[in-house]
Amino acid sequence: MHIMEGFLPAPHAAGWALASAPFVAHGVWRLGKAVRKHPETKLLLAASGAFCFVMSALKIPSVTGSCSHPTGTGLGAVLFGPSVMTVLGTIVLLFQALLLAHGGITTLGANVFSMAIVGPWVAWALFRIVRGVGGSLAVAVFAAAALGNLATYVTTSMQLALAFPDPVGGIAASFAKFGTIFAVTQVPLAVIEGLITVVVVNVLSANSRPELQALALLPKEAR
Amino acid sequence: MRRHNLLLLAAAVLIAVVPLFLSFEGNESFGGADGQAQAQIEQIAPDYRPWASPLWEPPSGEISSLLFALQAALGAGVLGYYFGLRRGQAHPRSRTATRTGTAGDAHG
Repeated sequence: MHIMEGFLPAPHAAGWALASAPFVAHGVWRLGKAVRKHPETKLLLAASGAFCFVMSALKIPSVTGSCSHPTGTGLGAVLFGPSVMTVLGTIVLLFQALLLAHGGITTLGANVFSMAIVGPWVAWALFRIVRGVGGSLAVAVFAAAALGNLATYVTTSMQLALAFPDPVGGIAASFAKFGTIFAVTQVPLAVIEGLITVVVVNVLSANSRPELQALALLPKEAR
Repeated sequence: MRRHNLLLLAAAVLIAVVPLFLSFEGNESFGGADGQAQAQIEQIAPDYRPWASPLWEPPSGEISSLLFALQAALGAGVLGYYFGLRRGQAHPRSRTATRTGTAGDAHG
C-alpha cells in the first residue's frame, strides 16, 4: 500500500497531508493522555507498535502471484483506540520512507491516511460493532484486524484512482485496476493478519489480564 | 487454548504457503504489489514524471533485505520481551508448582 516517493501529483500529496495532519495531532494528544491515565499499559503500547513493525516488514505471497504485506494496525486500534494507532503507524511509515525507500515523504500524508487512519478507524469501529451485537472477543478481533487491513488497501486504490483516472474509463476504471493489484492480493493477507491478531489477543488474555482490564477489553473481575 | 492458537497459526502459514504452489498464467513471479501499482501508473499516465525521489535508497537488494530483517527483528525482540515478562509475572510459581506436583498457577 506504499505509494512510492513522487508518485502522487503535488496537489494530491499536499491534500492528503492536510487531511492526515489533524488525525496525527489528535493522536499525539490522545497518546499522552492514555499514557498518563494508564501508565501500566506503556509496555503493551510498545508491544503494539512492535507488532505493527513486524507485520509491515513481512512481504507475503498471495494468490494473485504477487506479494504484499499486512499492516498490523488492527491490534493497537482495538487495544488503545484508532487515534493512538495513528501515531504508531505514522512512525512505522516514516521509518520505511526514510530508511527503506519504501513509500516516501511526499506521499507520507496519503500513506498515513490509508494505513494509520482508515485502517485503525475501520478496525476499531468493527470491533465495537461486533462486540456490541454480542460477538465473542476472538470474532471481534478477527473482523477488526482483517477488515482494517483490507480497508487500508482499498483506500490506497482509491487514492491512486483519484490521482490517475483512466483516460477512457475515468476514476472508476482506474479504481478497478488498482483495486485488482492491491485489494484482491490483500484478501488472503487480511485473513492471515486476522488470525495472527487473534492469537496475540489470546496470549494477552492469558497473561496480561490487568492491562486488558485497564483498557476495558476484558471486564473487571468482581473480587 | 494453546492448541487453539497453534491451529490458528498453522492456518495462517498455510494461507501464505499455498500460493507458492499455484501456477499463474503470464509472468507473475511474486513481485511486490507496490511495484505493480507503479507500473500501472506508468501505463495509465505515460507522461507522468515523479517529481520527487527518495532522499536515500538502500544501495542494493542485499542492504534492503538487511534493513527489512532489522525492522522485523527489532519488533520481534520487543514483542518477545513483552510476552516473556508478562508470562513470567502471570505464572511466577509455575516451575515450583510443577516440581512439587501441585497443578495450577499463581492465580489459581
